[in-house]
Amino acid sequence: MSSLQSLDIKRRSATTLPSTQARETLEVAKLIDVSKCIGCKACQVACSEWNDIRGDIGTNVGVYDNPADLGPKTWTVMRYSEVEEKKGEEMAFEWLIRKDGCMHCAEPGCLKACPSPGAILQYSNGIVDFIEENCIGCGYCVAGCPFNVPRISKQDSKAYKCTLCSDRVAVGLEPACVKTCPTGAITFGSKEDMIDHAAERVVDLKERGYANAGLYNPAGVGGTHVMYVLKHADKPEIYHGLPKDPQISATVGLWKGVMKPLAMLAMGLTALTGFFHYVKVGPNDAEAHPDEPEDGNGPHVIRSSGPGQMEGKGNVNPGEQA
Amino acid sequence: MTNHWVDIKNADVILIMGGNAAEAHPCGFKWVTEAKAHRKARLMVVDPRFTRSAAMADLYAPIRVGSDIAFLGGVINYLISHDKLQMEYIKAHTNAPFIVGEGYSLKDGIFSGYDAEKRKYDPASWGYELDKDGFAKVDPTLENPRCVFQILKQHYARYTPELVSKICGTPVDTFKKVCELAASTATPTRNMTIMYALGWTHHSQGSEIIRTGAILQLLLGNIGVAGGGMNALRGHSNIQGLTDLGLLSTSLPGYLQLPKDSDVKYDDYMTRLTPKPLRPNSTNYWGNYPKFHVSLMKAWYGKAATKENNWAFDYLPRYDSGYDIIKTFDLMYDGKINGYICQGFNPLSSFPDTHKISAALQKLKFLVIIDPLATETSNFWQNHGEHNDVKTEDIKTEVFRLPSTCFAEEEGSLTNSSRWLQWHYKGAEPPGEAKGDPEIIGELFTRIRALYAKEGGVFPEPIRDLTWTYKIPTSPSPEELAQEYNGRALDDIVDPKKKDTILAKKGELLGTFAHLRDDGTTSAGCWVYTGAYTEKGNMMARRDNSDPYGLGQTLNWAFAWPVNRRVLYNRASSDAAGKPWDPKRKLVFWNGEKNVGSDVPDYRPDAAPEEGVGAFILTAEGVARLFAPTGMAEGPLPEHYEPFESPLKVNHLNPGHADAFNNPAARMFKKDRAKLGKPEQFPYAATSYGMTEHFHGWTKHLKGNAIIQPEQFVEVGDELAKEKGIANGDRVKVSSARGHIEAVAVVTKRLRALDCGDTKVHQIGLPNHWGFMGLAKKGFSVNTLSPSVGDANTQTPEYKAFTVNIEKA
Repeated sequence: MSSLQSLDIKRRSATTLPSTQARETLEVAKLIDVSKCIGCKACQVACSEWNDIRGDIGTNVGVYDNPADLGPKTWTVMRYSEVEEKKGEEMAFEWLIRKDGCMHCAEPGCLKACPSPGAILQYSNGIVDFIEENCIGCGYCVAGCPFNVPRISKQDSKAYKCTLCSDRVAVGLEPACVKTCPTGAITFGSKEDMIDHAAERVVDLKERGYANAGLYNPAGVGGTHVMYVLKHADKPEIYHGLPKDPQISATVGLWKGVMKPLAMLAMGLTALTGFFHYVKVGPNDAEAHPDEPEDGNGPHVIRSSGPGQMEGKGNVNPGEQA
Repeated sequence: MTNHWVDIKNADVILIMGGNAAEAHPCGFKWVTEAKAHRKARLMVVDPRFTRSAAMADLYAPIRVGSDIAFLGGVINYLISHDKLQMEYIKAHTNAPFIVGEGYSLKDGIFSGYDAEKRKYDPASWGYELDKDGFAKVDPTLENPRCVFQILKQHYARYTPELVSKICGTPVDTFKKVCELAASTATPTRNMTIMYALGWTHHSQGSEIIRTGAILQLLLGNIGVAGGGMNALRGHSNIQGLTDLGLLSTSLPGYLQLPKDSDVKYDDYMTRLTPKPLRPNSTNYWGNYPKFHVSLMKAWYGKAATKENNWAFDYLPRYDSGYDIIKTFDLMYDGKINGYICQGFNPLSSFPDTHKISAALQKLKFLVIIDPLATETSNFWQNHGEHNDVKTEDIKTEVFRLPSTCFAEEEGSLTNSSRWLQWHYKGAEPPGEAKGDPEIIGELFTRIRALYAKEGGVFPEPIRDLTWTYKIPTSPSPEELAQEYNGRALDDIVDPKKKDTILAKKGELLGTFAHLRDDGTTSAGCWVYTGAYTEKGNMMARRDNSDPYGLGQTLNWAFAWPVNRRVLYNRASSDAAGKPWDPKRKLVFWNGEKNVGSDVPDYRPDAAPEEGVGAFILTAEGVARLFAPTGMAEGPLPEHYEPFESPLKVNHLNPGHADAFNNPAARMFKKDRAKLGKPEQFPYAATSYGMTEHFHGWTKHLKGNAIIQPEQFVEVGDELAKEKGIANGDRVKVSSARGHIEAVAVVTKRLRALDCGDTKVHQIGLPNHWGFMGLAKKGFSVNTLSPSVGDANTQTPEYKAFTVNIEKA
């Protein structure tokens, strides 16, 4: 069920009906100032506390990143990268720390890719929300996301990701990660104010020798409602593979256009097959796979955050994958 | 902290050294980000590891573990040799002009007065030259070769940048950048704050490292000013409170001391601890020692403490030596202690040389654990495979567990690093049979007292006569305890200047320790806390954060000891004439009639500048001590010594003098000394520490924390890892002369190899959070590796610098 009223729904996946336009709400954004982030993971814990989701206690795989990846029960993780970058005239060693999670794109690839009506919503405030009750677990949102964020649960075959605490925002509160951040590295407000705040931070960083400091608000996805202040905005990829110019894949565009009626038919057939499967065999039993990690993290483990291993997951082109 | 958390936002330069504030104090670190964002403050981090604090820094300098005095001594030398001193401040507020007696000397790393056999100093030769009235002689021109300034200059002239680099492994140019940035605060309108923590205290010379930092700050005029200070970041929410209440084996509450064996008579004790002023007009506030002590004894023993029995002086134990943790467990190991009450402590995880601690616990007849959690110590007798390989069937120790409450299940005050006593309220009822610590102690005490009443016994008076007037004797309430440490008037307290004015009526709670008396008419359980709970109510519960000066002083938020003062030595924020050094950051100044400002003056309010009272009211000198004629075990000026286990074979400061290799005054027991490693077998420097994801061994019991840092690891530099064939994520074995641990290797560029003269030093990082209890993956106690040697003054163990070997497991 949506956390906001239907009055606030701007877009709905796989729906051709127009949305309500009677109310215009303020466009919001979360600004993550990487230069103030100490990587304490309080936001990770706040996220799991507020949403009441906890993954498994994992292992150490040679880095500080724990859990090692996003998961159905892990909607935000800290990514650590050791790099050598220019500061002023010299090269300096840096330990870059980036909070990873859903970027809440203005043009959400996940929503465009989603074939299930109302499984993905975009509210007029900019938040992109997954409505799990409508999710059919097809994984198209994963392919459609240029940031590699959504994760399908092996427990219930539903897609999960950060909601930007749409339930909190709906009642005038900031997201849980923002509330808990001890250094003020995460701020929340109107998108306009966040852009202004970022501009001030960029002046400060430039004064400290980071000539390429800037705001990350990529145009390829129409801008985002989670933005970063980066010391090296010219090279976002050094922040553990943050894509330099994220785009919604051409395949998704095609799918949404010419192919849509055909695809809908295909989805309908799939659903029908699923129904007969249910009738004949019974419901899928999540308990049937006790050995699989609850968090579904297995295939996404990244072994190191070292600069030599920066094939960012976020660069995966969903078109190629499909 | 001399200053407080919020005040860090007033700094221009921030030096984090001997601490890792971003990781260990993330909430306090916000004031660093405030200073950076709004004052253009520059952050320097000096640390063996490139920490998450270093990731936030404008300048990072690597340093070899245990070489901090050499580094800071080098900065002092830079300031003096480049004339980057706030000279007016130094002359007005430090003992730079004081003349030291002729007996003082330093030769080859050993000060005068050393007894090599006893490994102890007699500080007599470190004293000032006195005039006929017993006051110290001074030379305001600072030219006398025996004045403190000249001695200091000569002492640190040896700490050249090249020598610093050789000892510390810090590249010379990086070291010089730190010097330059620190030197930029030598002007009155720029201030630097130093933030340090256990990275300075966990050394065989920890107290002297801190003193070196303080000397540096005094030379720059950065003590007693907004955005300055020496700021100790305390590790537990109430560890400052523990220190204030004197929970150390030779202490009494409020920084008073227990009598020694040699204090045969009451007068011996009082004379020893009541200093005489060393300069005319010096406030010499410790001259009030008898008032604080008598008030404490009245709080504890009430009517049983009388003038005739020297305020129950003989009820106090006299000590022959300190009974710190290392000594206590050494005695236990030798079978000389056979019962142990362990309250809020996890020795098996926290104390050095885990195998020795385990062997000692196995020799006990009984062990009482007062703790909310099942700790490693409470379960030391359980076999947990390689993580606790004991033979349960051979252990005869009887263990009693008394479950206590967590902080959120109790009401009371916590004293934070800022010296603020903040009242907090119960958030939940404790589970099961768990009881608050006052209730557990209350139950124990009343039963022991009943046993004495019934059976008599030797010397029952100190137990029988103890004040215990709580409404429910088995469960003293937080308010009752707070009022007891605050203190009361036991009779009408009359103003000595105006005999018709009553300062406090009989029975009233006292508003300030200035009203304490040494004639038995006042009580105070902890004199520095007087003013926390007054007739106006619970001052600790105040929540008004209005900030009229914009400096973050918030005098109506909670209560700061002493007397709600937020910045200690704040009179030094003004010059000798009482004029603020920085008109934009005024703390206390002379307005022509009184000392006033944004803080409670650390000074007599009506002391006019021309009286020459001195801004440091607690010292007998009235000024701050660059040179400490008394008080330090290993000398009046900090000198670099190597850690007890060092990867270097020579102390480059005093090569060829083996007796000055490491701290000549540090105590080490013979059997512990026999377990020291040599560089041949254990060539790598190691340091242990906490991480932001966990709090000691506690949070591994919580799922949320266990998820974000689930498993024990060690950090290894990539160069050493390559040499040893260790890949990221491999299991490795780390060993010292005392045992070994196994963990996952995190191979990183954040721990770089350092060039220390002809030795390349690799350093290994050992986060210490895991054990065999809790929800996280089982791990080893890192203290399996650390040695049993402590700071010469405090006996705080040397957890931060020892040597190990590492190999692929």
